[in-house]
Amino acid sequence: MKKNNVILQTTAKVTFFIISLFSIHIFFAGHFAPGGGFVGGLLTTGAIVLLLLAFDLETVQATLPFNFTIVIGIGLLLSLGTAAGAILFNVPFFTHAFAHFDLPLFGDTELHTAMIFDSGVYLVVVGAAITIIQSIGGDE
Amino acid sequence: MKIFIWISLIIIFLSMLGTLVRVFKGPSTPDRLIALDGIGVMLISIIALLSIVFDTIFFIDVILLIAIMSFIGTVSFSKFIEKGAIIDRDTHR
Repeated sequence: MKKNNVILQTTAKVTFFIISLFSIHIFFAGHFAPGGGFVGGLLTTGAIVLLLLAFDLETVQATLPFNFTIVIGIGLLLSLGTAAGAILFNVPFFTHAFAHFDLPLFGDTELHTAMIFDSGVYLVVVGAAITIIQSIGGDE
Repeated sequence: MKIFIWISLIIIFLSMLGTLVRVFKGPSTPDRLIALDGIGVMLISIIALLSIVFDTIFFIDVILLIAIMSFIGTVSFSKFIEKGAIIDRDTHR
């Protein structure tokens, strides 16, 4: 049976980038405003799920050639490494440090090490959710 | 102004209850789908009115997030109704 998905595929190609941009915004807004790694990861998962709905599993796997199980490992390594790195500086586990830097384009910016932890959470959420959906989502 | 916003909140809440009835005992699946989409829109309006009541801008991101998630849910439900399968393994079969 020939499938006719032109409207859904054209919409998904545009909407994927809008949702990805919003997920990046909500990921970087996470420290002082609502948001953070978990919600950003869920939104990225939603964007990829929209691609999966419009196209199919093999096309998306060819477009995003990641092994999402390894993405989970990288995220866990980032999070636990950031949390355990505080022990090296003789402060308790999970202590986070921050400082003000004068970056060329952004001006006076406050950089936190909690950001690295958050990006680890982001990678874990994206990897786990996409792995679950790719495992149970495909029909026979 | 406060009274107006609270009255509209109550009206939206009552209409949400009416839509829940359609979700629970809708005769067919498209009825439930449209009712769930309507519940998403009502959640968005409740959050917008609450952000006026609490006088904050932090809920604006939540509105966009619920809209995106409701859109993806509606698309997947309608693809399930239309095609029978949500995610295909290969389109060029």
